[in-house]
Amino acid sequence: MTVVLAIIALVLLGSAAAAMLSRNLVHSALLLAVSWLGTAAFYLWAGADFAAFAQVIVYVGAVSMVVLFAVLLTRQNPVGDVQVEPASRVRLTAALSVGACVAAVLFAAVVSSDFRPAPAQAPTATVKQIGLELMGPYGAALLIVGVLLTVALLGAIVLAASEPKRNPEDAP
Amino acid sequence: MTPLHLCLLISSALFCIGLAGALARSNTILVLLGIELMLNAANLNFIAFWRFGPSPAHATGVIFVIFSIAIAAAEAAVGLALIIALYRHQRNIRLQDAVQLKG
Repeated sequence: MTVVLAIIALVLLGSAAAAMLSRNLVHSALLLAVSWLGTAAFYLWAGADFAAFAQVIVYVGAVSMVVLFAVLLTRQNPVGDVQVEPASRVRLTAALSVGACVAAVLFAAVVSSDFRPAPAQAPTATVKQIGLELMGPYGAALLIVGVLLTVALLGAIVLAASEPKRNPEDAP
Repeated sequence: MTPLHLCLLISSALFCIGLAGALARSNTILVLLGIELMLNAANLNFIAFWRFGPSPAHATGVIFVIFSIAIAAAEAAVGLALIIALYRHQRNIRLQDAVQLKG
């Protein structure tokens, strides 16, 4: 049980760190897809099957494709690879020290807190149970999320599709 | 050290990787991806507390994660649309060049 969790954590954290360190944007996006797959594996390990498949469909399927499209649409050099210059030393040091401080605070808080022991049998969430809860007590929230997604996607289309007037000579 | 502690440590580490990445990189797409990593770390916490928490009868953790994934998808779409609008405006997506957006 713990060995499986260790392997999942290794893949998850390793690919996330490699994605954040990578110089190549396409590699970053693909490594993040691996990291999201690791998250889905964690959900499966914890028994949340539905959340794992939602994670695979939404993140690995949709969000990573959208990110790849954004990378390819905004690249500077249309033929070569998409390279990113490294961060400046001051910025890198500041970011790493902030990350290390937050990590130290979080780790200390987690290690020092005392949780009640887990119940004997693991909780189960069947698709039927999730569907009944989504349609019953969480019906209003489901509707609101639907409206939010519609508005957000319409806004994204408006933001990305409005072509400003520009001179013909500086058109690509 | 219970399994819940291990799960929380993993999600804390993931959150800090995302935070450091979002602060260090100057490419807007990488900053957005760092924010997505932090959101994923929060989702890991929901699932961990649902799995090892005291009230296993309800599927509350799973439903919270599903809503959270929906919000994250909306956020990614709007963020990438903003990046494309920024690219159209200034022909690159470096954060340092976006300071002219200050009011």
